[in-house]
Amino acid sequence: MAAYDGVIDGLGLRDWCDAGKEDAPMSMAQLLAQSGGGETSNGPALPFPSLDVLHEACGRIGQTRDLTAGIEQGFLAVRPELKLVLDPLTQPLSWMLDGTLWLFQATPWWIMIPVLLLISWWVSRSASVTAFVASVLLFFGFIDHYEVAMQTLSIVFVCTGISILLGVPIGIGMSKSDRAQRMIVPILDLMQTMPTFVYLIPLIFLFSITESKIYGIAVIVYAIVPVIRLTDLGIRLVDRDVMEAADAFGLTAWQKLTRVQLPLALPNIMAGVNQTIMMSLAMVVIASMIAAPGLGSLVLQGIRTIDLGVGIIAGLGIVLLAVILDRVSKAALARVDNTRKEH
Amino acid sequence: MTAKVSLRGLYKIFGPNDAAMVDHVKTGMGKATLLEKHRHVLGLRDINVDMQPGEITVIMGLSGSGKSTLIRHLNRLIDPSAGEILVDGQDVMKLGQSALRDLRQKQMSMVFQKFALLPHKTVLENAQLPLSVQGADKATCDREGRKWLARVGLEGFEDRYPAQLSGGMQQRVGIARALTANTDIMLMDEAFSALDPLIRTDMQNLLLELQKELHKTIVFITHDLDEALKLADHLVILKDGAVVQQGEPQSILLAPSDPYIEDFVSDINRARVLRVRSVMGPINGDHFDGEVDASRNLEDMIALTGGDTNLCYRVTDGGEVVGQLDMKDLVKALVPRVSADVPPA
Repeated sequence: MAAYDGVIDGLGLRDWCDAGKEDAPMSMAQLLAQSGGGETSNGPALPFPSLDVLHEACGRIGQTRDLTAGIEQGFLAVRPELKLVLDPLTQPLSWMLDGTLWLFQATPWWIMIPVLLLISWWVSRSASVTAFVASVLLFFGFIDHYEVAMQTLSIVFVCTGISILLGVPIGIGMSKSDRAQRMIVPILDLMQTMPTFVYLIPLIFLFSITESKIYGIAVIVYAIVPVIRLTDLGIRLVDRDVMEAADAFGLTAWQKLTRVQLPLALPNIMAGVNQTIMMSLAMVVIASMIAAPGLGSLVLQGIRTIDLGVGIIAGLGIVLLAVILDRVSKAALARVDNTRKEH
Repeated sequence: MTAKVSLRGLYKIFGPNDAAMVDHVKTGMGKATLLEKHRHVLGLRDINVDMQPGEITVIMGLSGSGKSTLIRHLNRLIDPSAGEILVDGQDVMKLGQSALRDLRQKQMSMVFQKFALLPHKTVLENAQLPLSVQGADKATCDREGRKWLARVGLEGFEDRYPAQLSGGMQQRVGIARALTANTDIMLMDEAFSALDPLIRTDMQNLLLELQKELHKTIVFITHDLDEALKLADHLVILKDGAVVQQGEPQSILLAPSDPYIEDFVSDINRARVLRVRSVMGPINGDHFDGEVDASRNLEDMIALTGGDTNLCYRVTDGGEVVGQLDMKDLVKALVPRVSADVPPA
């Protein structure tokens, strides 16, 4: 006799329940009860009316495991259609990731390192930052981690680039409409708080593990959030007096965006880009579980084989990479900020 | 003379259902009642003002009187709840988006209280803005920008950024920007209120000097009566969103129509503001102690006579005799009329 039989009977649902009676799979409690020697288990007098408990009283009410199975079934049902749309749409991402990876690895170190240093100098205009970048890159070479560091860096480059390309327009759209903002913010919150491992699972269902876009998507979904948020914020913070002046002088919407809003929002957007770089680096490590190459795969290897040295060196390498990326992007941010306040 | 800009029966009510509230206001509902009963804020009530070409129309009122709201109606930064805005006889309310942009680019420019310059652009780029927005070529932008910057006294500052300039200089950039637009109408929203007094006087003189040469139709907003009297050809006094008195500033000063305006004008240095023209009478004697020009102010006259009230002068305007000035009338005019005891001189 199950705990809620009386309730089911009282509601007059007995016939409905029995009509669909079949041998449902047993719940964990029933299994335990059976293995316990066949005696009827007397649980608490009033168990919480969960799906499993109600199932005992009425066979037509599903069990909790039906819920999770249902989600998976539903996902599998739409998978072919989803794949049909997403596959070609995301294919360029694979090409870009593979191409950049090839470029970073095929270029000999004595060209690659000077090019990276030139980029650091051009973005930051700071000798000390560039010198620091140089010492870190040489250190990677020295400890034979140059190759993997370049793999990680190439993924970060591509994913950050795409995040900016997609995130800035989304942020602009959000800043123009309060309703869009109300709709997008919860999605961004979800993307940021959902444990990162969780969205690896549907990706494995959707795409083949051998495709590089699978980790590209995982990284972008996680890292795009700050650039969207800060673009929206930056544009909303543009001085209302200046916007009024732009209106008074008859600027078109496009002129207002390109001449006033984006330039004035730039410091905030750059702060978002800095965050995006940091987050894509963090995610690249986790994405090594779905075959992303680079320092992350060494960390994973260290965990798998309990190899302390390999794990720690790779981990420190990621820290160093994070520090140089952060320093360079922060120096760029400071430079943008300065042209308008200083002197 | 036809008006350059005319406002006809302009109402502005802030709130979600403003058009419906206009009728309540037209039937005499006050600001407080409107707010209490209908949760709408009365901005402007039945504004009728004509602004003549080549004149400076000053709209004066205390904060909250609706003057900044009013000036924003002229280029439709704010849309009215009811009424007409005519610029050169054309109803601005009927303009579409692109025609309105055209009006803002080519017919009206604006100077702002907080300057509203683009902080990431140089002084020159800021001054060029109206032209570059219209798609003028770089050489034209450059030439016009430099010309007007020089005209407002900012030669040599072209490559600085606004943040590197003092407030007064920033507002000069604001004025240069408005002049570069080369519009007939200039809207100035408390343009000098954020500046300290000495700089403000400088800027007022600059404006008058420019106006002598350019003859623009200027709409100037201020809360400062001294400034209003110094600049105005036509003075409009606003209170709680309605016009309480408008006309030639000297006549408002001598004949305030309302206790509110009396309060306003009682603190003013009348000797400096009033001119001989406003206090002279018709010729009725034949002995004169000298000739004075009608545009001299009374302070000048007191200095000239050394305080002697027994003198009488013949008043001329452009060489023509227009009246006589008895120094006793002058002294009477210096006392503000308090609640209808002394009739105006």
